[in-house]
Amino acid sequence: MNPLAASRDVALDPSLVLAGGLLATALLTLVLSLSQGLGWSRISLPYMLGTVFTTRRSRAMIVGFGVHLVLGLVFAAGYGLIFRTIGRGGPGLGALLGALHGLLVLTAGMDLLSAAHPRMASRHHGPTPTRQLEPPGFLARNYGRRTPTITLLAHLAYGAALGWIYGGG
Amino acid sequence: MPDSFPEIGDYALLGDCASAALVSREGSVEWLCWPRFDAPSQLAAILDRERGGRFELAPAHWRRVERAYVEGTNVLDTVYETGGAGRVRVRDCMVAAPEMEEGVAWPDHQLLREVTCEGGEVEVRLRCDPHLDYGRREAVWEDRGALGHFCPDRGGVLVLRSEIELRPHPEGGLQGRARLAPGDRRFVSLSYDAEEPATVPVLGEVASDRIERTLAYWRGWSARCEHPGPRRDAVVRSALTLKLLTVAASGALLAAPTTSLPEHLGGVRNWDYRFCWLRDAGFTLRALLGLGYVEEGAAFFSWLLHTTRQTVPELRVLYGSFGGTECDEHRLDHLTGYRGSRPVRVGNAAGDQLQLDTYGTVVATAWDFVRHGGRLDAWQSRLVTQLVHEVCERWDQPDEGIWEIRCDRRRHTYSAAMCAVSLDCALAMGEAGLLRIPAERLRRVRRAIRDSIEARGVDRESGSYVSAFGGHEVDASLLLLALHGYVAPDDPRMVATWERIDRELGEGELMRRYGPGWGDGMPPGEGAFVACGFWAVEYLARLGRVDEANQRFDRLLAHANDVGLLAEEVDPDSGRALGNFPQAFSHLGVINAALALAGPGEAGAPLRPGPDSKTAAEALESVPKMAAESLEAVR
Repeated sequence: MNPLAASRDVALDPSLVLAGGLLATALLTLVLSLSQGLGWSRISLPYMLGTVFTTRRSRAMIVGFGVHLVLGLVFAAGYGLIFRTIGRGGPGLGALLGALHGLLVLTAGMDLLSAAHPRMASRHHGPTPTRQLEPPGFLARNYGRRTPTITLLAHLAYGAALGWIYGGG
Repeated sequence: MPDSFPEIGDYALLGDCASAALVSREGSVEWLCWPRFDAPSQLAAILDRERGGRFELAPAHWRRVERAYVEGTNVLDTVYETGGAGRVRVRDCMVAAPEMEEGVAWPDHQLLREVTCEGGEVEVRLRCDPHLDYGRREAVWEDRGALGHFCPDRGGVLVLRSEIELRPHPEGGLQGRARLAPGDRRFVSLSYDAEEPATVPVLGEVASDRIERTLAYWRGWSARCEHPGPRRDAVVRSALTLKLLTVAASGALLAAPTTSLPEHLGGVRNWDYRFCWLRDAGFTLRALLGLGYVEEGAAFFSWLLHTTRQTVPELRVLYGSFGGTECDEHRLDHLTGYRGSRPVRVGNAAGDQLQLDTYGTVVATAWDFVRHGGRLDAWQSRLVTQLVHEVCERWDQPDEGIWEIRCDRRRHTYSAAMCAVSLDCALAMGEAGLLRIPAERLRRVRRAIRDSIEARGVDRESGSYVSAFGGHEVDASLLLLALHGYVAPDDPRMVATWERIDRELGEGELMRRYGPGWGDGMPPGEGAFVACGFWAVEYLARLGRVDEANQRFDRLLAHANDVGLLAEEVDPDSGRALGNFPQAFSHLGVINAALALAGPGEAGAPLRPGPDSKTAAEALESVPKMAAESLEAVR
């Protein structure tokens, strides 16, 4: 049993959300960054989020990391809510939720991003002066064949970490 | 499609200060390494016609071609006359992409090609057929409709967009044809993004704007060249070429953007020059500061000391573009090499050699930096001091020398002389309070080095210096004894050395770096070394034989290709360019010779303090501090 999570009620404790969210987001970021560095995938959630606000690459990464972190914390609270509603946590359940989360990101999330991102180019219309960012395509495979697997793994790790922190191991 | 190798001198250089491409007169890009100069190639037809990969854009048939860089820029115009009124202009550039403007997105690297019909009706042909990883992997293109064609390459992605419709070529890659009428214009872009989702380039007016911005960037940069003459055009072209060989992110200057272009056709003298040689450092800083490129000079000096900091007190012969010391040499036996010149090598085993002259070069470069008004930080002073101590310990060791011989080590006269020069410079900086050094010890060692050179580095019969202690041969590095201030240009021994060098190594205005009997551990057969010819010009200018120097200078410049680029070597018989191309060392030679000829300011001034120097303060005052304020501002 994780000593940080002695009872179900701590699942939405703000400090636990913060700690769990930070740890899980760091883990997810680590997996994605490693895969970029190793040349397995070009998916970069911070870059994609940051370019919503600016075209400058270095600034986009900084802004994007901030947004990415906030989203990581928001989702951590959401996971906590689910664990509390179900009445149990644990890394196994967390990983399951993470996998579901990852699938949603790869499907609906990428579709939404493609449609809503102000700088994402369209496959049908091509790039324009204001929309030049490469769209992710189905399951974000435009960013590399391994991208779906890596994204799923990253979210699985994210969920497992939260499950462990919230619900004990 | 050209099936035979073009001459090395038929290529022109494009670049973005992080990577480079070579494009032939036939409009074929045949060398390209993204995302870095030293990355595995995407296009390498210059090393293998079948497996290398190329990117062609030219009229289907043409009779005559002329090309030139747009004045003051690194944007290349190639004009083809196709017979009758047919005339097509292909404008090539790597986009200069300063990240300044909000709302403007840039790919990491972009090669932009614009083809315009200026007369008649002309059919143009395009083929883009990269072969990745030095030709070891086929490129697999994915058609993404209006977004263009995408090809994953290690962690990055190549993006090809074209206003000429593309379809697969039966032999690989993508091809397209278009019939253009006068005034018609088409853009083609090949870009590369590493690690993140790509920025998909827009063509049409946006591409035209990119080219205009690139032109403006280069014009602004070349306008900063303070050299009033002589031969300003050649000097500016050399400066622009050096800028293309400079790594913007680190300040380093690469020796050349290519690997394994042969020094001897069909031979084995094929080396990877995509590294930074410490040997070149002294020439580089002098050239940059002499032309007024203070920011680049300061960046280069900073790179030099930060890089050497990792290995000090030992120095390596060469470093990677970001200061790395990894330079293991490998053979790429799957490539034919340029006109059968094998092996093709990547990495450079010379990195593990000992070249004592590099110690002198780094210390003397610090002196040049100070002389032009730069200041040494505390750690920089400590580093230079460490090098000086190392010189005192090691000056009498045999080494591979400036020419990186691959056989037994020798006691090279030039290496010893540069050790003495380093102590001259260190003593002057110590006297000026810039270094804390044991002056007495340094004077003692300096005397020992000089005595040693004058006793054993001299041929008694001819009265000249010799390449190696106890030997009789001369080599062109001995010219540098006068240029680096070891000895006065008009010293009788130096004059005798010059006469021997000119007689034994000279091929008209060209000069071999050493004679056939010198023995460098390699099979014989190489051309004249272009940089040595310019050293001769500089020597003659400093000797006061200015007319002769001018004549030689003009004749040497005629060995540049049609767009002003110089190779490492020239075959004296055929005039053919040899070796890696274009070569920074050759272009540094152009600039420093021109600066010497521009006298009396720079040419008349002592380059180094010298053993009989007046006080250091006087030495520091003896040269106009043209860049002092700017250097201070850069800091």
